[in-house]
Amino acid sequence: MFGDIFNAQFVASSIRVAIPLALAGLGGVFSERSGVINIGLEGMMLTGAFTAVAVTNFAQNPWVGVLAAILVGIFLGLIHAITCITFKANQIVSGVAINLFASGITIFLCWLLFGETQIMVKSSLPIWGLSIPNIGEGSTFVRSMITIFAHHSPLVYLTIIIFALSHIIIFKTPFGLRLRSVGEYPQAADTMGVNIVKMRYIAVMTSGALAGLAGSFLSLEQAHFFVKEMSGGRGFIALAAMIFGKWTPLGTAGAALLFGFGEALSIRLQGVTAVPVQFINMVPYLLAIFVLVSAIGRATPPAADGIPYEKEIG
Amino acid sequence: MKSIKKFDYYSILEKITPLIAVILALLVGAIVIMLIGENPVFVYKTLFSNAIGNRDGWGNVLFRATPLIFTGLTVAFAFRCGLFNIGGEGQMYIGTFLATWVGFTFTNLPAFVLIPLCILSAAAGGALWAAVPGILKAKTGVHEVIVTIMMNWIAASLTFFLVLKFKASPTEAMVAAGVKQMIPHTNEIAEAARLPRLYNIFKFLNIDFPSYNQVNVSFFIAIGVAVLAYYILWKTNLGYEIRAVGYSPMAAEYGGISVGKNIILAMMISGAFAGLVGTNEVMGFKYRWRQELFTGLGFNGIAVALLGKNHPLGVVLAAILFGILNYGGAIVNIFTAGRIPRELIMVLQAVIVIFVVISDEVVKRLIRQRRKVV
Repeated sequence: MFGDIFNAQFVASSIRVAIPLALAGLGGVFSERSGVINIGLEGMMLTGAFTAVAVTNFAQNPWVGVLAAILVGIFLGLIHAITCITFKANQIVSGVAINLFASGITIFLCWLLFGETQIMVKSSLPIWGLSIPNIGEGSTFVRSMITIFAHHSPLVYLTIIIFALSHIIIFKTPFGLRLRSVGEYPQAADTMGVNIVKMRYIAVMTSGALAGLAGSFLSLEQAHFFVKEMSGGRGFIALAAMIFGKWTPLGTAGAALLFGFGEALSIRLQGVTAVPVQFINMVPYLLAIFVLVSAIGRATPPAADGIPYEKEIG
Repeated sequence: MKSIKKFDYYSILEKITPLIAVILALLVGAIVIMLIGENPVFVYKTLFSNAIGNRDGWGNVLFRATPLIFTGLTVAFAFRCGLFNIGGEGQMYIGTFLATWVGFTFTNLPAFVLIPLCILSAAAGGALWAAVPGILKAKTGVHEVIVTIMMNWIAASLTFFLVLKFKASPTEAMVAAGVKQMIPHTNEIAEAARLPRLYNIFKFLNIDFPSYNQVNVSFFIAIGVAVLAYYILWKTNLGYEIRAVGYSPMAAEYGGISVGKNIILAMMISGAFAGLVGTNEVMGFKYRWRQELFTGLGFNGIAVALLGKNHPLGVVLAAILFGILNYGGAIVNIFTAGRIPRELIMVLQAVIVIFVVISDEVVKRLIRQRRKVV
């Protein structure tokens, strides 16, 4: 039984399940590194998931769908930025409002445009990479390696590139230094001439773009449909991944893979064990709580995380 | 003297910001309705005249407002302790299921024992579920927002498992017809566990009221709980400590108040309120747990609390407003043959929340500026 579950396909599906968590978690990294908490990732992801399917079906082109999902994510990021940065409102409240808005608007538009609460994707992205050799030709090892590393949706490779780039941007460029300084000690950054408001707007809108992309992967590539509330708390699991990953891109990727493993396991175990499916469904959420509890003390958020910046006058 | 007068003017403005937000949100809604190609005047007229134009409408509005009062108080109470309890959904599930279980298990108890027992188990279930994020927050500092959300999903799975375990046996008619339960549900709770519908009281008072209206005694429980929340927060030591922790945990700790203890207690009381949703949905309405009996009530509670400015009276008023929107929205949906989906109301509620937080901040800043000038 062990071999039936933990094979190359399982590893590959763990990676696929981890992608939306990783992307949204990275969105959280950008936003919180700049000092803005983004609880709205969940809603941005959900809206991205809906937009991706709806636009794909209208445009008959999944790439347009992905692009639209990113744009919608940026738009919601902009709303969050306006409420939290310009109006200095409570960041958690604003995020929760975005989640409420996303739940409503996706079902609303789904009804209005399609007359249903569930829509199938009419065309998916192609699989990129090497074709998996048939059984008989090629060794098991080669087949496994291709399954795990080189037989995925283009978005999987894109995610890897985004993570590498984000690591470089945040830790190796002047922009990244400014971003981190704004989240750690905005007063000092302001004194050095960094435009706090601009940096935070960029960061929050980037986080929206990433959450939108995460949503598009969820609906277009993972589920192949959109259904109401399909994000299922993944935006929050992504935040847990971000915390466990100590607000770094690579750490977040690692934590997302761990959660991906948990979710893939819960999918794979259904029907295999005598444990009721409802308990297996709890695994990712229990894992998230467990991980958070164990991460505390070792993970410190950016010092100015969640605090609106008030310029001192006089 | 003049400056004081100015200040009062702004403090009135501060109090009515929710009203401004609601009006702005209704305007946004009107634009959306026009974009769909419908007449906003007709839609709003249908919505309000059906919801509050007659007794039946009011009954339906209060029936829908009742659970929102509970979940709104859930968020508002925790907020006073500086906690953001968005786990009302899960706490409501667990509390309601526990009350249902008591209701269909101890069927030979008399009503004067069984009804209080069911109400208490609803509160206890919610409190228990909220204790987990409370303890984790107090002991390890894990943010309650993420834990409560995770607990919501766990509660959904757990109650799904439980409803399958306690699934009602099929009725003879169902066996004869060879049909299965489409949506899993439990047995009905005992007659003695049911809360009377308000229709019975109106009948006694000789007031004309439709017998099919679902508004029930749970509405009075909700009002009672709102008074209780006010009493605890502003008239007891516990409430003073809870508010002190919410205002400044460090200062409270310095003043000898145990931050951890108050966080756990505030979460549990807040969770108990959420659990009481079961008094309306099961004890007063469906009389059984049915899968997907209610969804989103916990989350709407957040909007209700914000709109009500985290004050019990505000929560009750906001819940009634949402009751009007929800019921009126459903009527509009029927009147327009589904051309205006009822989810429009969900969108409106989110827009209200965003406008409330923004207008709050704007007014606060106006007041601050005014003070500086003075």
